[in-house]
Amino acid sequence: MLIADNISKSFSGVTALDKVCLELHAGKVNAIIGENGAGKSTLMKILSGVYTDYEGQIIFKGEPVRFKNTKDAQAKGIAIIHQELNLVPHLSVTENIFLGSEITTPFGLLDKKAMRQKTQELLTRLKLDVSPDAMVADLKVGQQQVVEIAKALLYNAEAIIMDEPTSAIGDKEVKVLFDIITGLKDEGKVIVYISHKLDELFTIADRYSVLRDGKFIESGEMKGIGHDGLIQKMVGREIILAQKNGQKAAAGELLAVSELSLLKEGSKDTKLLKDVSFNLHRGEVLGIFGLMGAGRTELLETIFGLHANEATGSISINRKKHQFSSPADAIKAGIALVPEDRKKDGLVLGLNVKQNISITTLHNLQTGGMLDDGKEASLAGKYIGDLRIKTSSQKQLVKNLSGGNQQKIVLAKWLATKPSVLMLDEPTRGIDIHAKTEIYKLIMQLADGGMGIIVVSSEMPEILAIADRILVMCEGCITAELSTDEATEDKILSEAIPKTNH
Amino acid sequence: MQATTTTKDYKQQLAKLQPLIALFVLCAIISLLSDKFLTVTNVWNVMRQISVNICISTGMTLVVLMAGIDLSVGSILALGGAITAGLLKNGVEFSSFNLYMGFTILGACLAGILVGSVLGWFNGWTITRFKVPPFVATLAMLTIARGLTMLWTKGFPITGLESNFSYLGTGWFLGIPLPVWISGVVVIAAILVTNKTKIGRYIYAIGGNENAARLSGININRVKIAVYTIAGALAAVGGLIVTSRLDAAQPNAGVGYELDSIAAVVIGGTSLSGGRGTILGTVLGAVIIGVLNNGLVLLNVSPFWQQVVKGLVILAAVIIDKANNKGE
Repeated sequence: MLIADNISKSFSGVTALDKVCLELHAGKVNAIIGENGAGKSTLMKILSGVYTDYEGQIIFKGEPVRFKNTKDAQAKGIAIIHQELNLVPHLSVTENIFLGSEITTPFGLLDKKAMRQKTQELLTRLKLDVSPDAMVADLKVGQQQVVEIAKALLYNAEAIIMDEPTSAIGDKEVKVLFDIITGLKDEGKVIVYISHKLDELFTIADRYSVLRDGKFIESGEMKGIGHDGLIQKMVGREIILAQKNGQKAAAGELLAVSELSLLKEGSKDTKLLKDVSFNLHRGEVLGIFGLMGAGRTELLETIFGLHANEATGSISINRKKHQFSSPADAIKAGIALVPEDRKKDGLVLGLNVKQNISITTLHNLQTGGMLDDGKEASLAGKYIGDLRIKTSSQKQLVKNLSGGNQQKIVLAKWLATKPSVLMLDEPTRGIDIHAKTEIYKLIMQLADGGMGIIVVSSEMPEILAIADRILVMCEGCITAELSTDEATEDKILSEAIPKTNH
Repeated sequence: MQATTTTKDYKQQLAKLQPLIALFVLCAIISLLSDKFLTVTNVWNVMRQISVNICISTGMTLVVLMAGIDLSVGSILALGGAITAGLLKNGVEFSSFNLYMGFTILGACLAGILVGSVLGWFNGWTITRFKVPPFVATLAMLTIARGLTMLWTKGFPITGLESNFSYLGTGWFLGIPLPVWISGVVVIAAILVTNKTKIGRYIYAIGGNENAARLSGININRVKIAVYTIAGALAAVGGLIVTSRLDAAQPNAGVGYELDSIAAVVIGGTSLSGGRGTILGTVLGAVIIGVLNNGLVLLNVSPFWQQVVKGLVILAAVIIDKANNKGE
C-alpha cells in the first residue's frame, strides 16, 4: 500500500498541493481524478521522486520513505510511466529496457544474451509479440507503452503510476493495455491511473480519489458512483454539458470534397486516403470518427493544403474549385485547422498570448508597414474576452497556461482569420471537463452563426454529443455516414474497425 | 502558475541586464589595470573595430533566431570586399566586345553588397529547396566563397584603391567614426524589423515552432531565404568596412569571423535553438568581445592567452544563460 500523508507542495508561494492524504491500495487500480491544475501531476511527481522538496511524508509498505530522485524511487519499487514516453527511438527494445541498468559480463562487456533473454521473458509476460531486437521507432505507440511497462517490471516495481496512458493509442491497443493492467493488479501491484476519460475509468479502475484545487476531496469505490457523480466531485458544482439545438435544416453547401486521395510520402502505391468524398453545409457540425491510422488527421491536413504534392482530387468552397498548395492558400479561401497536437503544431510556446493569437492575421494589423501594437492588443483582447481565456496578461507566455486555455488560444488565432470552414482535430484532448464544456458550447455557437465545422475525434461520446452528422473512417476510406438519430456507439465502432476480407 | 509570473518577470528582467553588468565590470577592471583604456582615442578605436562584427552579427542574430546558423559570413565578407576593391581598381573589361566598364565608389560598393546578397540567397535556397541543414549548407558556402575570393584576387591583395574609398572605414561624420554610423543604422533597422514588422514576428515564430508557423499560413521558405540573403548582404557590408579601413582587399580577410559573430550572438543571450533573443543583446555581446580583445592587448596578454580567455567567456555566458532559463 502506498500512502501520501499530509503532503503539501508549493511553487514560488503558490500552493499546488494542500495537506493531501491519500491511500492507494495494492491489488487495485486506483484512479486519480481532477481537473487540470487540480494537483494530480504534482502529486505523482512527488510519489515517483521527481520532486523531492515537499512537506509531509510518503509511506510505502508501512514505512516512511523519502526518495532522493526517480532512480531511487525506482529502486525502492515505484515506477512512473509518463504521458510522453521516455524511450530512445533508435535503440532496440532490449537496449531500452536495460538502459541505465545494463547487465555486464565479468570483463565489463555488455551481456547481450542475458539481457535479451530477460527481455523476452518480460515481453512474453506482457503478451507483446515483438522481437527484443526490434527498434523502438518501428513499434506502434501502444507497443512502445508496453515496453515502458516492461521497463517498470524489470525494476520489480510494486507501484506503477500511469499518466494518461491511453491519450495516444487506439481502442484496440487500449484493450491490450487494460488486459496487462488487470494482470498486474492480480499480481498484487499498486496501480495508479490518471485519465481524463471517465468512461475508461469505469472499465478499468476499482477505486477513485478526487483532487480539486490542490486538496483531497474524497475516495471511494468506483462501483458506488456514477458518471455524473464523479464529474460533480471534480468540479465541485453541477455542470451542464452542451446541448444541441436540435437538427438543423441543411442550409446550402459550403465545402465539397471529391475523390480526395493521398499517397504516403515517398511511396508509389500506399494510399493514406482513398477517394474520399463528402460535403459540409453552412451551420453544420460534421463529426468524423475513426481509429488510429484511419486517415482522419491526414484528411484534414490534405484539405488544408499540407500534402499538395501527394494528393489528388478536388476541393470546392461555395461551389468554386480550389487548388491549395500550402496552408496559406487554404487560409485565404476561408479554411482553418486547429491541429491535434497543440504544443507541436498549434502554438509557439515561447511567444506570448497576444503574439500567438495575432500570428495568422498580422497582415491586417499593420500601419505603414509596421506592426500596430494597438490593433494587435485589441484583437487579442477581444478573443481573450470572447473565449474567456484565463491569463494574467496578454504578455503571459503561452507555455505557462493550462491545456484548456492553450487550446482556446489556438481557437482564437483561427477565429481571427474569420474562417467559413473550421476544422478541429481532437479539440478537447488532454483538457479538463470544464474547458471541454466551454469548447463544445463555442462550437455550437459558431455553427449557429453559419460556420461549417468539422470535428475529428476519437472520443465517441464527444462526437455523439456535438455532431449533426457523423462520418466514420477506416483505413483511408469513409465507411459510413450516419445521422445523429441513427448513430449509436456500436454502429460507429463496427464501421470503424477494419474488416479483413476486402 | 500565474501568480509566479511577477517573480519570474523580475528574474527575466535581471537576466536581460546581466550582459550589461558584465560589460561594466569588464570595463572597470580594464580601466583600473590600464590608463590607456578609457581614453577618447581608444574608445573610438574599439568602437570602429567592433562595428564590423556588429554588422555581421546582426544578420547572424536573425539567422540564429530562426534556429539556423550561418558559417559563411567570414568568406562572404572577404568576397564582398574583394569584388568592390577589384571593380573600383580595375573595372570590368569585356575584351571581345572591346568594352570597358568603370565603377564609381557607390557602384562598386553596391556590387559588393549585391554579390554578398546573392550568396546569402543561395544559402537560403539550398536550405529550403533541398532541406540541407543550415550548418552544412553554409559550411559549403564558407569554402565556395573563399575559393571565389581567391579566384577573383588570384590570391593577392588588391591594393592602391581610390583615396576617397578609405573614408568609409576611417572617416568621421559629426564627430563619430563612419563605421560606427553604418553599424548603428544596421542595428536600428534590425531592431525595427525584429520588433515592429511582420517578418520579424515570423522569424521568432519559425524559430520557436516551425510546425506551428507553417500551419499558421506563414510562407516559411520565403522568410528563411530573405533572412539568409540579409545575412549575406550584411557580411558584405562588413567586408566594405574592412577593405576600406585597410585600404586593401585581403584574400584571407574575415577568416574565423563567423566564430566571433556566433560568440556575440550567444553572449547576447540568443538561444541557438531559436525563438529567443534580441538584436540589442547581440550588440552587447559584440561590445563585450571587442572590449575584451582590446583590454587583453592593452594589458599585454599574449595572443595565445587571449584566445583561451575568449573561449572561457563564451562558455560562462552560455552557462549563465542556461541557469537563467532553468525551469521553463
